[in-house]
Amino acid sequence: MVKVTIDGQTIKVKEGSTILDAAKKLNIWIPTLCHHPDQAVKANCRICVVEVDGQRVLQPSCAFPVSDGMVVHTHSQKVRSARSNILELILSHHNQDCLHCPRNENCELRIVAEKLGFNKELRYPLHIKEGKDTSSPSIVRDPSKCINCGRCKYVCDEIQTVYAITKENRSFETIYTTSFGEDLASSPCVNCGQCVQACPVGALTIHDDTEKVWQAIDSDKLVIAQVAPAVRITLAEALGEEPGSISTGRLVTAMKQLGIDVVFDTDFTADLTIMEEGTELLGRLKNGGVLPMVTSCSPGWIKFCETYYPDCLDNLSTCKSPQAMFGALIKTYYAEKLDKKPHDVYSLSIMPCTAKKYEANRPELGRDGYQDIDAVLTVQELAKMIKSAGINYKTLPDTPFDKPFGLGTGAGEIFGATGGVMEAALRTVYEVVTGEELKDLDFKEVRGFEGIKESTVPVGDLNVKVAIAHGLGNARKLMDAIRAKEVDYHFVEIMACPGGCIGGGGNPIKNWEKMANRLKSVYEEDKNLPQRKSHDNEAVKELYTQFLGHPNGHKSHELLHTNYTNRSNILN
Amino acid sequence: MLLEVEKIASAYKGRNDMLIKVLREVQPLTNNTLTPEVAKTIANAMEIPLTQVYDTATFYALFSTEPRGKHIIRLCRSASCHLNKAKELLQQIEKKLNIKVGQTTTDGLFTLETCECLGLCDVSPSMIIDDDVYGNVTINKFKKIIGKYR
Amino acid sequence: MQETRIILNKVNNNPICAKEYVENGGYEAVKKAVQMNPKDIIDIITDSGLRGRGGAGFPVGLKISFVYKTNSDQKYIICNADEGEPGTNKDRVIFETVPHSVIEGMIICGIASGATKGYIYLRWEYPQIYDILTKVLDSARESGFLGEKILGSEYDFDIEIYVGAGAYVCGEETALIESIEGKRGEARFKPPFPGVEGLWGKPTLVNNVETLANIPLIINNGSSWFHQFGTEKCSGTKLFTLCGNINKPGVYEFPIGVKLQDLYAFGGGVPKGRKLQAVQLGGVSGSIISADQINVEMDPDTLASKGMTFGSGSVLFIDDSQDMIDLLENIMEFFLHESCGKCTPCREGNLRLLEIIRKFKNNTARLEDIDTLMDLSSTMMCTSLCGLGQSSPTAIVTCIRNMKEVFTNRIKGEQYCG
Repeated sequence: MVKVTIDGQTIKVKEGSTILDAAKKLNIWIPTLCHHPDQAVKANCRICVVEVDGQRVLQPSCAFPVSDGMVVHTHSQKVRSARSNILELILSHHNQDCLHCPRNENCELRIVAEKLGFNKELRYPLHIKEGKDTSSPSIVRDPSKCINCGRCKYVCDEIQTVYAITKENRSFETIYTTSFGEDLASSPCVNCGQCVQACPVGALTIHDDTEKVWQAIDSDKLVIAQVAPAVRITLAEALGEEPGSISTGRLVTAMKQLGIDVVFDTDFTADLTIMEEGTELLGRLKNGGVLPMVTSCSPGWIKFCETYYPDCLDNLSTCKSPQAMFGALIKTYYAEKLDKKPHDVYSLSIMPCTAKKYEANRPELGRDGYQDIDAVLTVQELAKMIKSAGINYKTLPDTPFDKPFGLGTGAGEIFGATGGVMEAALRTVYEVVTGEELKDLDFKEVRGFEGIKESTVPVGDLNVKVAIAHGLGNARKLMDAIRAKEVDYHFVEIMACPGGCIGGGGNPIKNWEKMANRLKSVYEEDKNLPQRKSHDNEAVKELYTQFLGHPNGHKSHELLHTNYTNRSNILN
Repeated sequence: MLLEVEKIASAYKGRNDMLIKVLREVQPLTNNTLTPEVAKTIANAMEIPLTQVYDTATFYALFSTEPRGKHIIRLCRSASCHLNKAKELLQQIEKKLNIKVGQTTTDGLFTLETCECLGLCDVSPSMIIDDDVYGNVTINKFKKIIGKYR
Repeated sequence: MQETRIILNKVNNNPICAKEYVENGGYEAVKKAVQMNPKDIIDIITDSGLRGRGGAGFPVGLKISFVYKTNSDQKYIICNADEGEPGTNKDRVIFETVPHSVIEGMIICGIASGATKGYIYLRWEYPQIYDILTKVLDSARESGFLGEKILGSEYDFDIEIYVGAGAYVCGEETALIESIEGKRGEARFKPPFPGVEGLWGKPTLVNNVETLANIPLIINNGSSWFHQFGTEKCSGTKLFTLCGNINKPGVYEFPIGVKLQDLYAFGGGVPKGRKLQAVQLGGVSGSIISADQINVEMDPDTLASKGMTFGSGSVLFIDDSQDMIDLLENIMEFFLHESCGKCTPCREGNLRLLEIIRKFKNNTARLEDIDTLMDLSSTMMCTSLCGLGQSSPTAIVTCIRNMKEVFTNRIKGEQYCG
């Protein structure tokens, strides 16, 4: 342990701690911008500099290690002056339209300026970086707000290994952009939105579709929404409540108050996916199909696979994602039941995911000139709509999801976490194959935030070998091993986002601390649901009886299964 | 041309650290211009992301993604040369070549650039054309020198 | 006054040839070093008082000891030949005249620190030196001074040349390391220091060309011998680059502590018909002093005590035909081109300083602009991530301090009449 004194207060910390670590323990706030608790230290913004006795220059507290007897001053005249000048430099190269910036509520730059009491006139001529890019359906890139912190490139390179973001030029001309300034939509970007999660300001934001949805609500169309499993875990957080606050009933009420006509639960089609995918898996196991079978509900992962592993497309399950399955059902079966044409129903989807906006536009997900999903709203966008409508989310009563597709089991609900799809599948596959009831529904080995998880589950005669990866960097490792035939899994779950859907790009801005709370709630909600196995979902059973026939049957293949495209030419 | 680029780059497959060397080596083959095609060829041959090639290439003054000519004339603009009339010399050269700094002659032969200190401060003003260094440059000397490259 | 040549001493007919270098006493220090205890080598260098000659002036023995003390399966010696400081070309001259002394210095550092691999990071702007160095290395290998088991000892050491691509910032040791790793030359924050965690995370010693050229001399002649040159706190000689408006520009070797006015006289003064106006010491990142301040000793400590810089040993003479504001504009344009762009104060600050200097140039500046220059400079000097941003405002700050009329004359519509 080493002793450090900050602003006259002394504390002992572990050797190797930074001044910032020590300050946090003393509850002393030091402004930061390029620092992120879940990323490597960058020390480039310099806003966190402090005065250290004996040091010639001010030192970045995020990087400078504490040594025994160190004396630090965080708000001496020299530091206050430096912070003010650094802020002024950043603001002189920054878009000034904070009043209509989608990030203005929680912009880290705005908060630092506010907390530091910055109130100077800028002494320098304003320069604005050009090149706003709205080509992507998921993410808007606005260099005019970029502060060159590098957090986006870090997550895209190091965590996601997508390598869509580059730096261009040097000195004042340095910008974060795409290679050769290509559109984001033409780049290797897979739309996962982790960059949006990492960005401290409004340089990377979610493509806003709220106006489009308001117009649909205002129109004569019947607006039918589906709500993803993770949304009930994160929507309350987006509206100011504690991370992990579950608000399943309240979100239905809020959506009805906004004017959405029907609110269904994507947990329903998550259960449906398990029926289809479980059957598909058993088919491959029995008939020598391509193994391992890899899940296909994460559109960021699908695009990643199509780009970087086009030779492994046959490993992917042909099942659509729960969102896509729902869209197909809404536009065909459900619309028909209501005696409406597909164009008269507006299929809306509420997702924790930015890539779902890309998925909704995939040509395979529609027919006869229409798409199955008309609009995808992320949690952040829905929260904005709820706020703008003056709804007091905290005090709303609960409303159940609408019938018949409002029924979901715990298995469907855990899709929101990494390992959730796997666990849901195991609960069904085990009981269907062995004919026995599971004593313990909790498959704890597939849960948690470890990057790659493995397990062997005895199912009857077969030891089913499974693997789970979350975050595309881990997916890459797993896929390299699969491609090289170094592993012999039967079934693999891959989620593009670290942590799974609760870590999706469309959720409120996260860190691993908040993620831990969200994760806890996923399994809490599962435990509280009356049904916890997909094959026990009465509404799913009814759908097969009334309409689909049986899993992997002709109707299923027509509406609930899909195909993939080799996109490796993006890299050439 | 891309085949030659690929040949050079694939010798360093997986060697991120050799990227600058590869970029320098392909310059004479590519008219000193890093086009998207050349960059992608390098990225694929070296098995590194395209963003890494672009990231590194756009940092260094030697490389350019803008079209350039066969020979690059770089005139030093730093302190010692500046004090020894480098600016006037630049204007005279611009007139001689009939282009402005940053531009390429219409026959595609010469691109005129300025650069920072060449370490020829004892013979200011100085200049480098491709890999050939010249000191105590005057406009008359320049006219003679440039003939060698035609 | 005569030069004191200890480095540029024995210039052979064929500087490239290792055999000729040996015939004239070269590589004797390596022969000694392979028999010595690494700790003893470090002690001699430490006792000699040798300080880095690139500009930072860090005690060399101490720097080697950091690498020596850090356990690792691989260590590196890097020769920083990215001589980019405007007004400096001493390293070029060393490579042209006594290249083997640098190789010798690297080998000895390798033995002392436990490194088996060396790199010469050579700026691309020295293609003529690249040709020389490849031949020099081949020659040294042929004579058995590079490769495995040098001179039959247990030491392996070989050297590779890594050529840069046009970035002054790569003269900063951590940016240089990033460049060898094939990346943008962006400086790393310290700690960790390269001596502990450098090239590919391994302990790395980065030294300037001139620093390395001193090492064989010290091993051969001993540390007391070295102390007869220079001052008490900074022993040895320095290769000064005299340039700008001077009659006899060039690289000249003198003991550290030589008087600046003697250097000026040795350089033959400014061209006929002109008077000396100012001098910039240590490169464009160094201090500007007026002509009446040149009665000063050229050693780092004396200069520092007077708010002046020693730096790379560059001495840029400026005569009275020059517009100081125009020179400052040129200097800030240099830093604007060369900033790596990583940290806020340097990336944003150099342009802002330039913008204000340009206001002085076109006579639209106000008195407050001098305050802004000083205020912004002060922040850049104490918050920039590396030496580039920390020293880029030096020219402006020292010019304001030593020649304020240069600025005040351009305020409030005072027309500049050069």
